[in-house]
Amino acid sequence: MGLLSDPVRRRALARLVLRLNAPLWALPVAWLERTMRSVGLEVYTQSFSRKLPFPDETHERYMVSGTNVYGILRAPRAASTESLVFTVPCGSDSTNSQAVGLLLALAAHFRGQIYWAKDIIFLVTEHDLLGTEAWLEAYHDVNVTGMQSSPLQGWAGAIQAAVALELSSDVVTSLDVAVEGLNGQLPNLDLLNLFQTFCQKGGLLCTLQGKLQPQDWTSLDGPLQGLQTLLLMVLQQASGRPHGPHGLFLRYRVEALTLRGINSFRQYKYDLVAVGKALEGMFRKLNHLLERLHQSFFLYLLPALSRFVSIGLYMPAAGFLLLVLGLKALELWMQLHEAGVGLEAGGGPGPSAPLPPAQGVGLASLVAPLLVSQAMGLALYILPVLGQHVATQHFPVGEAEAVVLTLLAIYVAGLALPHNTHRVVSTQAPDRGWMALKLVALIYLALQLGCIALTNFSLGFLLAATMVPAAALTEPHGPRPLYAALLVLTGPAATLLGSLFLWRELQEAPLSIAEGWQLFLAALAQGVLEHYTYGALLFPLLALGLYPCWLLFWNVLFWK
Amino acid sequence: MAAAMPLALVVLLLLGPGGPARAESPRDSLREELVITPLPSGDVAATFQFRIRWDSELQREGGLSVLLKADRLFHTRYHSQAVHIRPICRNARCTSISWELRQTLSVVFDAFITGQGKKDWSLFRMFSRTLTEPCPLASESRVYVDITNYSQDNETVEVNPPPTTTYEDVILGTRRTYAVYDLLDTAMINNSRNLNLQLKWKKPPENEAPPVPFLHAQRYVSGYGLQKGELSTLLYNTHPYRAFPVLLLDSVPWYLRLYVHTLTITSKGKENKPSYIHYQPAQDRLQPHLLEMLIQLPANSVTKVSIQFERALLKWTEYTPDPNHGFYISPSVLSALVPSMVAAKPVDWEGSPLFNTLFPVSDGSSYFVRLYTEPLLVNLPTPDFSMPYNVICLTCTVVAVCYGSFYNLLTRTFHIEEPSTGGLAKRLANLIRRARGVPPL
Repeated sequence: MGLLSDPVRRRALARLVLRLNAPLWALPVAWLERTMRSVGLEVYTQSFSRKLPFPDETHERYMVSGTNVYGILRAPRAASTESLVFTVPCGSDSTNSQAVGLLLALAAHFRGQIYWAKDIIFLVTEHDLLGTEAWLEAYHDVNVTGMQSSPLQGWAGAIQAAVALELSSDVVTSLDVAVEGLNGQLPNLDLLNLFQTFCQKGGLLCTLQGKLQPQDWTSLDGPLQGLQTLLLMVLQQASGRPHGPHGLFLRYRVEALTLRGINSFRQYKYDLVAVGKALEGMFRKLNHLLERLHQSFFLYLLPALSRFVSIGLYMPAAGFLLLVLGLKALELWMQLHEAGVGLEAGGGPGPSAPLPPAQGVGLASLVAPLLVSQAMGLALYILPVLGQHVATQHFPVGEAEAVVLTLLAIYVAGLALPHNTHRVVSTQAPDRGWMALKLVALIYLALQLGCIALTNFSLGFLLAATMVPAAALTEPHGPRPLYAALLVLTGPAATLLGSLFLWRELQEAPLSIAEGWQLFLAALAQGVLEHYTYGALLFPLLALGLYPCWLLFWNVLFWK
Repeated sequence: MAAAMPLALVVLLLLGPGGPARAESPRDSLREELVITPLPSGDVAATFQFRIRWDSELQREGGLSVLLKADRLFHTRYHSQAVHIRPICRNARCTSISWELRQTLSVVFDAFITGQGKKDWSLFRMFSRTLTEPCPLASESRVYVDITNYSQDNETVEVNPPPTTTYEDVILGTRRTYAVYDLLDTAMINNSRNLNLQLKWKKPPENEAPPVPFLHAQRYVSGYGLQKGELSTLLYNTHPYRAFPVLLLDSVPWYLRLYVHTLTITSKGKENKPSYIHYQPAQDRLQPHLLEMLIQLPANSVTKVSIQFERALLKWTEYTPDPNHGFYISPSVLSALVPSMVAAKPVDWEGSPLFNTLFPVSDGSSYFVRLYTEPLLVNLPTPDFSMPYNVICLTCTVVAVCYGSFYNLLTRTFHIEEPSTGGLAKRLANLIRRARGVPPL
């Protein structure tokens, strides 16, 4: 490879890219255009701008604007009907400058070959994933997240697959792969197998979730490490964040992966030539594709790079958890029917009590808690972003902190509101009100968790594993402080906090309480931000769906 | 679509006109064949074959056809072949007719692959051959090199060997200068016994964006998902002050159901009503959509024509063997009379070079251009073809296990059977067994 085979030229290129860093680093658009054109690509630029709901710590302003630069390598004698994408996201902290150098070197190498059947788009985006989302929306000519971007001028047909690269250093010790995408979508397993094949061929050290592949599956160490990797993947998939540019490609049904070069304290280091060879091999194999990748699984969990758990094995677990809710609801239904029959039998010959007494009372006393819980959920969804200016006027906090603190305040306020109208409950059957409410809440929870488990299994399973025991056990007659503590500890916020601690524990970088709390606040802000910028669904699901449901159980617990 | 590195050379290789008429002899003949193959996707492939026998030694060694070597021609960026056949009147009153066969091969060489990144080129580097002698059958054998951009300053570029004559004309609306090398001119070949045209850059050219033609177009599919999409065509008119009309012809297959009420044409942000629309709706499995429009393109603008469609679910026998590859939408055809920068005089068909007559002009103010946009690939909703197998397995299992068991339970009766004393066969068998020494039945 011309540009990379000479280490002196490679280092000169890397230094040149690094030298372009200014204190306020912006993408050197003109230089990139010139260099890509000299390499022989058709170069186009796209400018985009986006008004953030609140300024976060990476951007620190409302209006974010930038420019994407992309060059298209046209396949010789082909009709430009299909293409592959090689993308390098560049952020303001310029941790990806080496990847730009490798992208240019690979572009120069690919340009001299005659075997390309699909066009290749080399994309450099600004502001990391914001630029990637802007480019994808402009390429597919849709407006999903409210981005304003200039229209594209060069197309290359339908995108078949994409590879994203993040490299922060000249030499790497291992290559990490990220598969989880936005809202828990995953690429086809064939793409991961492709990466694994080239790791083995090139003798590269490849990791998944930052963990090495366990060699020994017969003793206890291998399965234990596999379990850790699996739990990490579950936690990452449940968060619904796009862990790299590939996560945004998956929505448009383009199979994509993100490769990260890790430079740790190992003896043996690989230089960019090895990484470049692996990438070249992957692109040549993707070039041979006659159809879109569809032969392998789309829904899987990975305990290691070379092993997977298919949906047929893991879905029954979630099914059984939801069955618990169903059975509990059935039990309550039977109890309600017995009590109703007993009541009617007792009150038959008596004076004309309102017929039917049980059902009428149940429905009336159900409407108020349902409405109030849903209203609290709606407030949790709308008020933080809407009220950030009011909050910053009255309190000495920044906008991002205001949003997060408003979120927490509304969450805690929901616990304190008295919202069961127990006056309407008839004294003859004091149990019927809470049983009916719990029945409705159980069915509501089961429906929601079922729908979530179908689209994002990890999120559904995590929420089911924490909320189902507490929901099934809750009743007003038991030890109230114990049940209250259990409910609070399994609520959405506490689950998020717990899973953050677990995630860092599994990555062998455990958190102290203060750090954990800071990370929790940052995660809340990120969740709200990603909902507005990429359309991530975790925040609305928790705020509008699970939090009102959980409040219903809180109602049941404190039923008088 | 703008080409990445347009070399300012188009080499047209032409065999002399009136080829088959000359070489006909009783033993050589022209055999022709047409094979029509209907393909599963509905397309029809037609293959024409003409076999003409020549004297082999004349063909191989002379003229421009020595440059047609397949291994170099398939290292190119683009190639296109054309065959034109037409009758020609032999005299003014057209009492007798002769036939003209014109064969054209256009290739675009990639500077990066042939020239390893440098913009110098030579005939030897492109074709791995040089020209040695003219074709004995040819009455004219010439090579034209477009030196329009280089003729002003001789400092940037050097053409080797230097041309003896030049030819100037208005091609595609602009005035162009060509250096002429005549292979029949004995002075040309005798000097070096071979002709290797070379062009060297004295100082490296700047990397600026390549020039853009007056009319070009792009087409793409917007939207994502397998239910609906939008077909968008962008028409660029880069002429600084002239607007001209363009006839756009779209033939969309029936399985993309177009919604014509969503047809929108916008130029510079405002709506642009076409002067003429002809639409023929599709009939399922019979004929495709036909949409033809005459659109006025304002000067220096981009016009976007978009129409929404819905993807149809095909019957399961209609899917191609690789339905996940996708289905092709054929390119849309744009025909326009593009205004030229320089007025051209009408072409004298006999006296001018052959490449001049590829783009005929009727009046000097514009030239006719037919553009094809890129073909598109769309995915249709594809069912899971393993489901019939799954259903058959499941149904057979359910029937055999559940229904079979129930039927057995309901209808099986038990009755006692007396052991039989045996007949003749049994006694015979026992005799044989006693003879063998084996215990009897």
